Amino acid sequence: MKWDWSAVGDFMPKFWDGLLVTLQALVLGSLIAFALGLVWALAQRSPLKAVRWPVSIVTEFIRNTPLLVQLFFLYYVLPEWGITLSAMTTGVIGLGLHYSTYTAEVYRAGIDGVPVGQWEAAKALSLPRARTWTAVILPQAIRRVVPALGNYVVAMLKDSPMIMIIGVLEMLGEARQFGSQTFQMAEPVTIVGIAFILIAYPASLLLRALERRLVR
Amino acid sequence: MSADSTPTDNINPAVDGSELIRFDKVTKRFGSNVVLDNLDFSVNSGKHVTLIGPSGSGKTTILRLLMTLLSPDEGTIKVGGEYLTHEERGGKLVPAGEKHTREVRKNIGMVFQQFNLFPNMKVLRNITEAPVHVLGLSKDEADERARELLDQVGLGDKADAYPSQLSGGQQQRVAIARALAMRPQVLLLDEVTSALDPELVAGVLDVLRDIAHSTDITMLCVTHEMNFARDISDQVLMFDSGRVIESGSAEKIFGDPDHERTREFLSAVL
Repeated sequence: MKWDWSAVGDFMPKFWDGLLVTLQALVLGSLIAFALGLVWALAQRSPLKAVRWPVSIVTEFIRNTPLLVQLFFLYYVLPEWGITLSAMTTGVIGLGLHYSTYTAEVYRAGIDGVPVGQWEAAKALSLPRARTWTAVILPQAIRRVVPALGNYVVAMLKDSPMIMIIGVLEMLGEARQFGSQTFQMAEPVTIVGIAFILIAYPASLLLRALERRLVR
Repeated sequence: MSADSTPTDNINPAVDGSELIRFDKVTKRFGSNVVLDNLDFSVNSGKHVTLIGPSGSGKTTILRLLMTLLSPDEGTIKVGGEYLTHEERGGKLVPAGEKHTREVRKNIGMVFQQFNLFPNMKVLRNITEAPVHVLGLSKDEADERARELLDQVGLGDKADAYPSQLSGGQQQRVAIARALAMRPQVLLLDEVTSALDPELVAGVLDVLRDIAHSTDITMLCVTHEMNFARDISDQVLMFDSGRVIESGSAEKIFGDPDHERTREFLSAVL
């Protein structure tokens, strides 16, 4: 096998397109995972069984089935019920929904970790329930789970090539397309691999630094 | 007031103007362990009452019942003539809704052994949070009042610090200011110096003495600081096994207690 620098040059414009798509999917997917995960975590502490049970079943289901199956379901089965989403939208929702079931557990641990004395102090001051959550409990709970949430962003980054399967041209999708057109696979795939490491490794270093600062 | 007053059969006695707190046949169990046993006692408005007794005798449980951090298994508690955990509906006594309990509870403030300041808020906001969001004070009013209270507890320069930057004694004084900011009629003090290094205890007790002497706030105090109890108490209640076994003035209880258990307890702690 010969390394062909001209193939690298030819691939780079496509690579930048793919990188942009990967980062978009990652950012939007993370936002969904962060927001929806919090919704799941709060719903699972609802005093109403009618809220807790369905949420537990749905999150367990999603967490215990492969992301690929979920992407296929969203992309190929939902249209049969009249819900048609673009490939990119499907990818973002799929990643966000899948990872929201993990972030829900992270939030749950964070909320459980807030000392009971904080709830008691809030009650002794007659703070309303909603205010207790937003001003006292969640700021403390989220602060200590930021590093754990960050770990799932890195994990989502590494799962993001899966959305290629429904036709989203993120980095690996661009590499495969380039390879199938030029029969030069080594160069684009190597570049994509290096790109993942260049994003993921500094990110995990950053998270470790953040952990030292936030978790006491 | 008296600890062994005859319990009234009428569940809604005419409110004595001076009676602020009444426990009526209150029983509290944790599993098979009876922590409070058919307890009756009352506290008059403006009095400073200290609860003493061996650990596990139910003193802290009384404060936690008043703060509604626990609810009684049997019996009723009244504050300012209103049932705390019950409501009268159609002449019957039923468990109170959250709204009713919240209203009655607003008259009560509590200071905890472990301070329980909100670590995510600066000192000033720890104090203003509830006045703004519960009493509906404007931020300016609440800030001004908080700064006065901080001066009063000797921490006027710590408004912009985070609790983690303060010593335990300073945190506890902030916690006292936070409780006072709600202008409660009753202040519950739950072993407020037990978690402090010995050299920090005096500062906190001085602040409490000052409050006891300069306000008409009713204080219910669980403490192992017997000298402090002797200083501020109008009334001392000696607890053992979930009952008040003796009650009287500080001079009487510390000087010449009637009950053998009281004598034993005091000789062990003094």
